[in-house]
Amino acid sequence: MSFLSNKKAKAILAFALIAAFVFTLPVYATGTKEAKVQNKIVRLATTTSTENSGLLGYLLPIFTKDTGYEVHVVAVGTGAALKLGENADADVVLVHARSEEDKFMAAGHGTERRDVMYNDFIVLGPKTDPAGIAKAKNAVEAFALIAKSGSWFVSRGDRSGTHVMELDLWNKAGVSIGGSWYKEAGQGMEQVILMSNSMGAYTLSDRGTWIAVSDKTDLAILYQGDPVLFNPYGIITVDPGKSENINYAGAKALLDWMTSDKGQKLIAGFQLKDQVLFFPNYKK
Amino acid sequence: MSAFSKAVALIVGGDKSLWFVINTSLRFSFWSTIFSVLPGLPLAFMLFLMKGRLRNILAAIVNAIMALPTVVIGLFVYSAISNRGPLGSLKLLFAPGGVIIGQSLLALPLVIAMTYTGFQKLDPRYHETLTTLGAGLFSKMAAIMREGRYVILQAALSAFGRVTGEVGVSMMLGGNIKGYTRTMTTSVALEISKGEFEYALALGLILLIVALLINVLSHLGIRND
Repeated sequence: MSFLSNKKAKAILAFALIAAFVFTLPVYATGTKEAKVQNKIVRLATTTSTENSGLLGYLLPIFTKDTGYEVHVVAVGTGAALKLGENADADVVLVHARSEEDKFMAAGHGTERRDVMYNDFIVLGPKTDPAGIAKAKNAVEAFALIAKSGSWFVSRGDRSGTHVMELDLWNKAGVSIGGSWYKEAGQGMEQVILMSNSMGAYTLSDRGTWIAVSDKTDLAILYQGDPVLFNPYGIITVDPGKSENINYAGAKALLDWMTSDKGQKLIAGFQLKDQVLFFPNYKK
Repeated sequence: MSAFSKAVALIVGGDKSLWFVINTSLRFSFWSTIFSVLPGLPLAFMLFLMKGRLRNILAAIVNAIMALPTVVIGLFVYSAISNRGPLGSLKLLFAPGGVIIGQSLLALPLVIAMTYTGFQKLDPRYHETLTTLGAGLFSKMAAIMREGRYVILQAALSAFGRVTGEVGVSMMLGGNIKGYTRTMTTSVALEISKGEFEYALALGLILLIVALLINVLSHLGIRND
């Protein structure tokens, strides 16, 4: 470093200090996880509803303690999660769009699918309910009323399980979407709820996400309870024949654990703001 | 301003998950900076030695690549490191390796453009003298890099700033996995989507501090030049 004057050395030294800082933060030790054996890691592709509600943050540490597998959660929409499984970029998927899951299984991408739990979809909107959907006889009628009134509706627009359900409802209501009242956000559920809130719009949400963010909005549940709004989650192990990268043993362990008596009890015991979010429904 | 004071409390209080994402971000950025400067320097030097039209065309291409959105670079890398891609067996997707590859590629054109432009601003007689003295390619490169060390430092700092502040590559290639690939920016995106603005704001403040530090360092470099 002889070519550096004292003053000049300062700048270099400062940069070196940043580098040193990077490696000496107290939490650095946790960063060495990367060095762990690869097959101890299970890659779970799932939906934002399971991750952001806190369910996985509550379940997975217990799973890790029980089995030794560490789960890397990638939270995306159902469509993207299944695509990750199809490309063998995930070992196991936990999603909620039965028709898509059946297609996935029929195409041979998965080896085993099990029901895990369910919650339900609800229709949210401004408390004044300009479309009057609170009096609707069923979910399809509620959707028809929204379209008829011209009230704004914010759609996930991301091929998530919620989006698939929503499109199905528009279809059944005979509504052709795409008018100026229909806003495709292309974002996660929380974001869509917050957007609906600021736009005074209606939206379709899973109950779990709604409970998690409800205190940040002025929206209200305006329609619920129709059996078509039932929202079941399935867990699927990805076909290990796809790639040597697939950690099938880990994926199978997670599938078995989530559907075990212990896993099912834990799911039933998970509460957010004193409300149960998911109801276990695996039948042997 | 309650969100702001909560943010400050989070930073000062040493919130563990907060420090973890800061650490992850800085670690990724550190390696991405190294892996963009290492190939960037010789490439910029090559460009510097070239003459005429080809050089201008290449320089224009480098500048154009700088304008690519992060998600597009993410997409290129994604298709290469996804299990279906040519590098699939390395399991780089949704892992630190993938993020660092993507961020290095993101910063590479920036490093090339900045060092190349910087080298051009050096006294031309320096280069001429070296040539007259019969300096070989490598000794010439070493000499110019020594002369332009502040240019290189500034390019490295800019690269560091660029990758620390980007979200597209980290989100797409890292997958925002908690405790593994979750960085400051993907954390901000996630917390905003959850409506947790205090936490997002705390991270935003830290990003601002990092940006300020980098700028201060850059200016120190200029002043001493």
